Amino acid sequence: MRECDLVIIGGGPAGLAAAISAFDSGIKDILILERDKELGGILNQCIHNGFGLHTFKEELTGPEYASRFIDKVLERKIEYKLGTMVIDISKDKEVVAINPEEGLFHIKAKAVILAMGCRERSRGALNIPGYRPAGIFSAGTAQRLVNMEGYLPGREVVILGSGDIGLIMARRMTYEGAKVKVVAELMPYSGGLKRNIVQCLDDYDIPLKLSHTVIDIQGKERVTGVTIAEVDNTGKPIKGTEETYSCDTLLLSVGLIPENELSEMAGVELGITSGPIVNESLETNVPGIFACGNVLHVHDLVDYVSEEAGFAGKSAAHFIEDQKKFEDKGIEIQINTGDKVRYTVPKTVHPDIMEDEITVRLRTTNVFKNVYLNCYAGDKRIVHRKRPVIAPGEMENFQLKKEDIKDLKAEEIITVAFEEE
Amino acid sequence: MEKRNLTCIRCPLGCSLVVTIDGDNIDVTGNTCKRGYDYGVKEVTNPTRVVTTTVPVSDGVDLRVSCKTSGDVPKDKMIDVIKDLTEVSINAPVAIGDVIKANVANTGIDIVATKNVSKKKSNLKATEVPKHEYKKAI
Repeated sequence: MRECDLVIIGGGPAGLAAAISAFDSGIKDILILERDKELGGILNQCIHNGFGLHTFKEELTGPEYASRFIDKVLERKIEYKLGTMVIDISKDKEVVAINPEEGLFHIKAKAVILAMGCRERSRGALNIPGYRPAGIFSAGTAQRLVNMEGYLPGREVVILGSGDIGLIMARRMTYEGAKVKVVAELMPYSGGLKRNIVQCLDDYDIPLKLSHTVIDIQGKERVTGVTIAEVDNTGKPIKGTEETYSCDTLLLSVGLIPENELSEMAGVELGITSGPIVNESLETNVPGIFACGNVLHVHDLVDYVSEEAGFAGKSAAHFIEDQKKFEDKGIEIQINTGDKVRYTVPKTVHPDIMEDEITVRLRTTNVFKNVYLNCYAGDKRIVHRKRPVIAPGEMENFQLKKEDIKDLKAEEIITVAFEEE
Repeated sequence: MEKRNLTCIRCPLGCSLVVTIDGDNIDVTGNTCKRGYDYGVKEVTNPTRVVTTTVPVSDGVDLRVSCKTSGDVPKDKMIDVIKDLTEVSINAPVAIGDVIKANVANTGIDIVATKNVSKKKSNLKATEVPKHEYKKAI
């Protein structure tokens, strides 16, 4: 069986950044396994610009952003296999994969980085009544059809959900000659970035209806119309608010789910993000298996994915070089989600082995104004920052310093909350 | 006097701006920083955007190549840019930065490729092999 220091599952933005960083940290025996025919992952179909503002201080398109990282992987001659599907990972880091050239093969790794990304929530998860006619696509499928295959999925479009991909596709379909009639969002706020609402909807006078959902899809062979209605604060449709739009296409942009079937096979424990529960090194409960990017939790900016994955790559390199340090991590401190916080990544820290400073990423539960991001180590407040507006669609982060938590005792916890003061 | 409501997109804060246009006098309220003021003025005087789209590729490993305007174009020219590309296609190989159409829609801005697309490899060899084995089997 082939042996390898580090196997990275997925050659998208997370896998690429993890590979580069692990290589630069001294690990040269790396293998990236990618199921598509090229590296770059979902960035290849994200042809719009706005990527890399944080990392490169310029606005790149998805393929351009990907190519910056692909070039670095090629420069370092890091090995990768395309068209290769991983079908199993075991607890002792044995990876089973298949591709047309080699058939089924096993690789024994010292460390594994999970970088499989996420997938779209489908119609089946929504319980929309009606027939199953043609013309219902997830926004990402439509994006692939238009941008990569060169097909226009329909001419008259209704979009359910105001996630970023849905907003981007509203503009994209308009460019290609389709008429986007309305975007309906179940929540009273949009899950997408502000700049996408302005540049993809407002620019083309496409209405965004908040607190609305699809209650009926008409058509038997092909979609012929969609009925939307306003919902009350429990999410139930309000009688008398129904409006029917004639259309041939319904796009769904209703959220992304980390893709963790492989993680579960390896015995990795998942948390509230639907991704693995990780510690300060982005290591899962299975020693030597790390996770980063959208497989860990869904990000809104790829810049943050690259940053997080770079850190996972570095952690994996440390693990391979000094497994002993990872065996005895010292005391473990929980990071508790306080008021208005939905989740934090990481979920636990080991002050004894952590870096001087780590990034904690978190999302809130709702839209709030004029709050403070507070972090407490035991009873002591160690982070206090004003946040004029927070929303579930925009990820927050702060730096957690080792010196602030090194004196915590095992029974003490760290709490993160958004508070009035 | 004209009033326009805008959402600032300079940062995630998304301030609601009210821009008042009175002849040459432009006033912005609702912003919380200088960047918001500048955004408000630019959006009512000279709004610009980068346009991104795709064009077909012949003989490439991909069917389409993504592309963008090499700089900002006036907002009201966006659809003209797209229309001017209706008949445009390109032969592989294409490299990031290659000019696909110069001076698109007379904007003075070029359309450049944003993805590398290499030439499709001849698949002659792949078809030869199975034929040979097929004969042998008979």
